Amino acid sequence: MDQGFRILVKKPLAENVTLYEVEAPRVARRHRAGQFVMVRPTSHSERIPLTIADLDVSKGTITLVVQAVGKTTTEMAERFEEGDSFANVAGPLGNPTHIAIPGKPEEFRGTVACVAGGIGAAPMLPIARAFRGAGHKVITILGARRKDLLVFEDRLAEASTELLVCTDDGSYGGKGFVTDVLKELIERRRAKGKDVDLAIAIGPPVMMKFCSKTTKPYGVPTLVSLNTIMVDGTGMCGGCRVMVDGVAKYVCVDGPEFDGHQVDFDGMMRRQAMYKPEEAESLARYRENDPSCMLQPAVAAAVSESQSPAEAQPAGRFRA
Amino acid sequence: MTEKPNVTPTPEELEARVEGRAAFTAKTRGQLPKVYWAEQDPSERIRNTREVPFAYSAVEARAEAVRCLSCKNEPCVSGCPVAVDVPGFLRLVAEGDFRAAIRLIKETNLLPAICGRVCPQESQCQENCMVAKVHKDLGFAVSVGKIEAFLADWERENGVELPPVGPPSGSRVAIIGAGPSGLTCAGDLRRFGHEAVVFEAFHKAGGVLVYGIPEFRLPKDIVQAEVDNLEKMGVRFEFDTVVGQTLTVDDLFDEGFHAVYVATGAGLPYFVNVPGEDLNGVYSANEYLTRANLMGAYRFPEEDTPVLRRDNVAVLGGGNVAMDAARTALRLGAKNVYLVYRRSRAEMPARVEEVHHAEEEGIQFRMLSAPVEILGTPEGWVRALKIQRCELGEPDEKGRRRPVPIEGAYEELPVEIVIEAIGNGPNPLIPKTTQGLTTTRHGTLVVDEATMMTTRKGVFAGGDIVAGASTVILAMGHGRKAAAAIDAYLRTEAEQAVTAGATGEASA
Repeated sequence: MDQGFRILVKKPLAENVTLYEVEAPRVARRHRAGQFVMVRPTSHSERIPLTIADLDVSKGTITLVVQAVGKTTTEMAERFEEGDSFANVAGPLGNPTHIAIPGKPEEFRGTVACVAGGIGAAPMLPIARAFRGAGHKVITILGARRKDLLVFEDRLAEASTELLVCTDDGSYGGKGFVTDVLKELIERRRAKGKDVDLAIAIGPPVMMKFCSKTTKPYGVPTLVSLNTIMVDGTGMCGGCRVMVDGVAKYVCVDGPEFDGHQVDFDGMMRRQAMYKPEEAESLARYRENDPSCMLQPAVAAAVSESQSPAEAQPAGRFRA
Repeated sequence: MTEKPNVTPTPEELEARVEGRAAFTAKTRGQLPKVYWAEQDPSERIRNTREVPFAYSAVEARAEAVRCLSCKNEPCVSGCPVAVDVPGFLRLVAEGDFRAAIRLIKETNLLPAICGRVCPQESQCQENCMVAKVHKDLGFAVSVGKIEAFLADWERENGVELPPVGPPSGSRVAIIGAGPSGLTCAGDLRRFGHEAVVFEAFHKAGGVLVYGIPEFRLPKDIVQAEVDNLEKMGVRFEFDTVVGQTLTVDDLFDEGFHAVYVATGAGLPYFVNVPGEDLNGVYSANEYLTRANLMGAYRFPEEDTPVLRRDNVAVLGGGNVAMDAARTALRLGAKNVYLVYRRSRAEMPARVEEVHHAEEEGIQFRMLSAPVEILGTPEGWVRALKIQRCELGEPDEKGRRRPVPIEGAYEELPVEIVIEAIGNGPNPLIPKTTQGLTTTRHGTLVVDEATMMTTRKGVFAGGDIVAGASTVILAMGHGRKAAAAIDAYLRTEAEQAVTAGATGEASA
């Protein structure tokens, strides 16, 4: 059966960030919050993991929000239009989010802080929805470097009990970092004798690292959703492995969500950067073969900085 | 083959041997010089991904086949996991009737081009060869594998005859995994007239034949040709389908499949578990080979998937996968490739031919050496592998002598890449997501050995998910056995349905 993987909707969300609504009926039918797909846009492409942001079971579509960083994601943004099809989309993969408060009985209903950095907003959406749908109070903190990099604000506002928005430069919402807002939230609730029962952080690795550092002294259980380099996404290669509490875990089959207080983020970021020179070479070559390209400065920047996909998000002072 | 040719026959001698084949007695036949095949020069081949051995010519294949003694008790046949009629097809090759010969092979083995190349013949058909026994040297066995590969290639060039497909039975079978076991099972099910749909997680069919075994050992167009043939026989493929995630076994029954064959293989790489395995530059052989083979990283940047290329590489393990990884590293430009194995050469599980080829190509064997730690740079990249010398102690339960580390005997190999090829576990996805399947403590599926049926009715299994890490031919053998059992099962079920229907009508 030709599964299609046709792009029904493609629209820009922010600078270098594109939303794709893709036909993948089997994936849509099975998907639960927190899961991802492996996408291979063309027959010469890498297989890249992308977390599912939204879905429409009746249309048989899934929504992916992708930031163009390396060659594969840039090619997706530039060479694919509505009506075109990706070569392969496999999934849903990974374990769904466990919609419950760790350490509490299943029937316990509490307050969940969903902290989304940059395009982390997209994979956060189904998770926020699932917690709210299960009767939990969902306070979502959405942050980005500046206003025009915020995505999914409306969808998250609808999915959450309360939405707090911040930007690094204060161009929209509160001025500051998601960690500042998270910290304030915990303290404010503690002052009233209430609590944040669970924090979920999705965004660039540094952001997840510092969210986990923020919640640790308060003892707030913290989940992070990792997006490491993968080949198959089914446990076969082990390329995605990350150290969690000193033990190697596979993000694809053991994750993608882990206890943020146990993840070795530094090791993970180092592994994420493993192919930086190759990624830069690949992107540069793609540009060379495309003389009409107007984005030469962006290429030069990418080559000099050689950012890996997961690190490419705005990270502000966390990068220090 | 590791031995020096006894005498290399000239082309004229080969012609003469073929012409005069009827005149040989068993004794003179057994003394005929073996026909060796040419191979790419090692210094050349490490710079390309082409196959190492050159194929036999027609006269070479015939002359080699003349060496077969046609033993009455057919020891070679009993050495073959699928009991190919070896003396039968060799006789036809000697006669020059290649069409009849390939037909005979395909009665029992659907994928001869693959088996001719990757079967461990020296421990199967050729191990029992009487010609080798006469010479007291395994190297003198009739080259069954090379002749088989020749025939399959000949057929591909001269028109493939597809096995006849049976009349439609109305039954549908889902095959999970497009590796050697699943492909064989699917082909046989079509011969019985059943609908066969193969579900594959990757974007390509072949399983280990395309992600694991390198091009220089098994050209991928050969695998693709076999897959194309199966499609011509009516086998359907559904890619990008991870059964256990995209669909479950229960979904397959709900979708109207009458039986399921689970052939998901051994896809879970083991790591040695020494410090430093999270450093940049440490790979499982699965990842390294999948990047290089399936994802085409050896053509990077034409293909987008990269794999690290460094001068110094260490491979851990002594099996065929370790040889494949080491030789792939060479072809990716490495200058020094070390193969680190805890035991001695005698215990190495790799095929003799692969070890021989690896050695010819300059792989540096570090026998009786156990990895202790992977050392890194301050930036977190591999800089060396620390190994400890071992000596052989008492035999273990498999009879292989156990390596015992020698105290204080450490050495550091300066390498930038470490590839671990110490084995794979069965893929847990299906057992984890399917009710009613019993697993062993190793995680493999429990099956009835006569039928390959699991503990759940209608669900059959074979290949590495049952056998653990095994061989391509054994996986194919399982596929074939399961197809026959599935056919019997489906017919019984259909009969019972008819009987039940008839009884129901009578009582109504």
